[in-house]
Amino acid sequence: MSVTVLLFASYADALGAPSVSVELPADATVADVLADITRRPGWGRRPTTPLVAVNQRYASRTTRIREGDEVALIPPVAGG
Amino acid sequence: MTATGVLTRDAVDPSALVRQVSAPMHGAVLLFLGVVRDVNDGRGVTGIEYSAYEAMAAAELQAIAEEAAALVDDVDVAIVHRLGALAQEEASVGIAVAHAHRDEAYRVSRFVIEELKRRVPIWKREHYVDGTRDWVDPSGRPVAEVSP
Repeated sequence: MSVTVLLFASYADALGAPSVSVELPADATVADVLADITRRPGWGRRPTTPLVAVNQRYASRTTRIREGDEVALIPPVAGG
Repeated sequence: MTATGVLTRDAVDPSALVRQVSAPMHGAVLLFLGVVRDVNDGRGVTGIEYSAYEAMAAAELQAIAEEAAALVDDVDVAIVHRLGALAQEEASVGIAVAHAHRDEAYRVSRFVIEELKRRVPIWKREHYVDGTRDWVDPSGRPVAEVSP
C-alpha cells in the first residue's frame, strides 16, 4: 500500500516537501515508515526515531499502519 | 464550566480570555501570556513565525483544557495559541484559569503551559536581527538553519 506521510517545520525543509509518499507492506508499522524516511537524502543527521502521529494521535514504533491512515512526523515541538 | 483550547491567527485578546472563565463563584482569575521576547540563546530576535499540524494541535489543546479542568473541582479554563508571524511583545499563547481560590488556579495554569510545551505539535522559526532564521527546538537549540 501507498501511504502519504505529512512533514512539518524542519522536517519539511529537510526533505523539501510538506508530504512524501511511502510504499509499505500490508502489515507495516510506524518503524517501517521511519526506516524509509530516515534513509532519504536530505534527512541527514536528524534523529532516526522522531515522534510520529497516526490519525492525529502520538503513536509508537509498533503501531500498525492501515490503508488511508493519516501519518505525520512530528519535529521537536516548540509551542508556547 | 468552560474548558476550551483553540488555535487562532488573530491577536490574542486577554480581556476576552478572562471573560470566558470569569463567574461569580471564582475569587481567583489567572491570566498567563507567552510573549515574543527580544533575545533567545544570546541572539537578537525580531519576530517568530508559528506553524502547526493544525488539526492535531487543535485537538491536543482541547484535550489539555479538559484534562486541566479535571484536576480540581469547579475550575474554568480557556487556552488560545496563535499561529503566523508575530513581532516582539506580541502574545503567542494565552491561558486563563478561574477558580474559587488561587492555589488551584495557579496549579491548573501551570499544568496547561507545561503540557502545551510538551506535546502540542506547534513549531516556531525565529527571525534574528542579522537576517537569518532558525527553527527552535524545546531546549532552545537551533535545529536547522535557513538563509534569508
